[in-house]
Amino acid sequence: MKINIIGKKYWYFLISLVVIIPGIISLILFGLNLSVEFTGGSNLTLAFPSKVSSANVKTISTVFSQNKIKIQGIATSGNQVLIKSQPVDQNQDIVIMTQLKNKLGSLEQQSYETVGPTIGAETLKNAIYALIVASILIVIYITWSFRSVPKPTSSFRFGVCAIIALIHDVLVLIGLFSIFGHFFGVEIDSLFVTAVLTVIGFSVHDTIVVFDRIRENLRRIGGENFSEVVNDSILQTLDRSLNTSLTVILVLVAMLIFGGETIRWFVVALLIGITSGTYSSIFNASPLLVVWQDLLQKRKK
Amino acid sequence: MRKNPRYLLWLIIGLTIAAVFINLPKFSNAHFANQTFNFDPNSIFTALKINKTLNFREGLDLKGGTSLVLQANMKNIPSAQKDAALNSAKIVIENRVNLFGVSEPLVQTAVTNSNDYRINVEIPGVTDVNQVRSLIGTTAQLTFWEEIASSAAKLGTPDIINAGGTYFKKTNLTGTDLKQASVGFDQKTGTPQVELLFNSVGTKKFADISQREVGKRVAIVLDNQVIEAPRIDEPILTGDASITGGFTTDTATQLSTELNAGALPVPLGILSSSVIEPTLGSSSLTKSLFAGGLGFIIIVVFMTTLYKKLGAIASVALTLYTLFVLAIFKLSSITPYGITLTLSGIAGFILSIGMAVDANILIFERMKEELRQGKSHETAIELGFSRAWTSIRDSNISTLITSFVLYEFGTGMVKGFALVLAIGVLVSMFSAIVVTRTFLRLIYK
Repeated sequence: MKINIIGKKYWYFLISLVVIIPGIISLILFGLNLSVEFTGGSNLTLAFPSKVSSANVKTISTVFSQNKIKIQGIATSGNQVLIKSQPVDQNQDIVIMTQLKNKLGSLEQQSYETVGPTIGAETLKNAIYALIVASILIVIYITWSFRSVPKPTSSFRFGVCAIIALIHDVLVLIGLFSIFGHFFGVEIDSLFVTAVLTVIGFSVHDTIVVFDRIRENLRRIGGENFSEVVNDSILQTLDRSLNTSLTVILVLVAMLIFGGETIRWFVVALLIGITSGTYSSIFNASPLLVVWQDLLQKRKK
Repeated sequence: MRKNPRYLLWLIIGLTIAAVFINLPKFSNAHFANQTFNFDPNSIFTALKINKTLNFREGLDLKGGTSLVLQANMKNIPSAQKDAALNSAKIVIENRVNLFGVSEPLVQTAVTNSNDYRINVEIPGVTDVNQVRSLIGTTAQLTFWEEIASSAAKLGTPDIINAGGTYFKKTNLTGTDLKQASVGFDQKTGTPQVELLFNSVGTKKFADISQREVGKRVAIVLDNQVIEAPRIDEPILTGDASITGGFTTDTATQLSTELNAGALPVPLGILSSSVIEPTLGSSSLTKSLFAGGLGFIIIVVFMTTLYKKLGAIASVALTLYTLFVLAIFKLSSITPYGITLTLSGIAGFILSIGMAVDANILIFERMKEELRQGKSHETAIELGFSRAWTSIRDSNISTLITSFVLYEFGTGMVKGFALVLAIGVLVSMFSAIVVTRTFLRLIYK
């Protein structure tokens, strides 16, 4: 018995929407929890000789507000205080450190990280540019590479459907991270942007393998029954899709467990994106080709 | 169209030996079977008289240190001279960074689309915030000092210095009196020289000094370091002087850039700075390398279980793939395009292993299909490769497009990731198409 993926295509679209819509709602309500890399701001780590008391934290807050610098987050761990705030430039930092030392005695500035608002906005702008430019180039490449695809379909449709699957994966990822950001304080940093871009690469990679098979089958058996050709192509590439994704997912799980704190959320992002990429290449991209074809035929009639 | 797989096999063996040789770390006095061994992959450069060393360049996130983005304030610089001013500011920062005595600091200039002039600085190993601040604490100070008799020198006063046995006294001529320095060529001999152009105040001051000091030397001091001490041959009253003698074009450019640091002083501010503790960096490195190694073993086990003999061949191809990529990383350190390994770069590398596996899986699945249709092993291999090729090509080109765009638009970390991914994808195509295929052909012959 043959599995009929195309026949249940609207169910699969529904599953995608069930994942994407809460993410979009979260994006509208909470937005993204951007790190200082994008918003501009400072991360300071202060170290005390002994465990930090809540009175110390209060003094720090007071000193910052006296200098008209808004603190966005303050956390203690052992004898360290981690402060996230609006940008503190080097002169303000000297002033603040002097005042703190006067009030609290010996303490040390362990790290000072500051990103001016201009650089933050620039990084964000570049990331969005990269996303748009990469999408356009990929549509152009697929349209060109699939130019010899036989009727009834056209190569441009392949390009557009691949990009829709790509946007699907990006939305899943960004939406879920908006939710994570709100509930677990996960930040969007440039490592996350790297993850998104990797997922884009992988998503298109995966989609193209199925599309390539559709192209080959169309050439061999023709497009009389388009939806059946698409369904067969998906099934013929299913083993490969699952095996490849499984390999990558196994490696990522190893990285998740042993890779350390620094890259943990990066790996989570890749796991989500690659799972979504596999799903969308099987259940969204190719069925969309069929939907497009059906719509055109209806209009002709 | 069948090429002789034997030539390809020799090519693969040759490349593998080269890659192993490059990747081996330097060791000396290693004991094995009662023999002592010494090895250094750089010996080949020594033999070829090339003054280069191979090494893996680690990014700040792996070895710790400080990275800064400095903004140059160009308000008072005429637009035609902004680039010169930025380069001079870079030289000044470089000189100051070199005082820290760390290996492989990085100082780069960048002009953004919105016409911001910037200097990116990376100082490995230095994590002291205050030390780093001293880098930009003051704008560059260029001063001119005249030679005095040693009897007149009262050491210990700040206005007297001793440079190589000659005493110099500070004059009132400074960088602000200098309009511009440039590289020129002697009209008769054509040798490079450095040409100075003073403004009207500077012309007067320099005329006084040069009349007083004919036959003696004038020391040019940048940030408390003597950068040049030319002799004055004749009084110069016109305000344009040239320093000649023993310059190559490079050294003349260096000197004129340093002089411009005084003539075109640019105040610098910190746009962003971050400090990575070295211990954090090295633990991240160990952890990701461990995770990468484990991931590799998982792939080998998975592939061998799924595809038996084919999977074992693919695992050998993957091992070679890893060797080749690492060798490229290490080789890049002697080219101007050195690849710096960062955490995100390692992630990109691990991901590219996944894509290399994918190429193999695509081929094997295709071969299985052809075998199922009753084709012979040999035909199945050839069909498997030729039919899987279009999807390998198209999917990898898309990934290359993505990494190209990332490299163009990305900054720092994203760039590193993109470069590693691109190299990984290219080598993975070679590994799947050439290495795996050659092995298969030899085995099923």
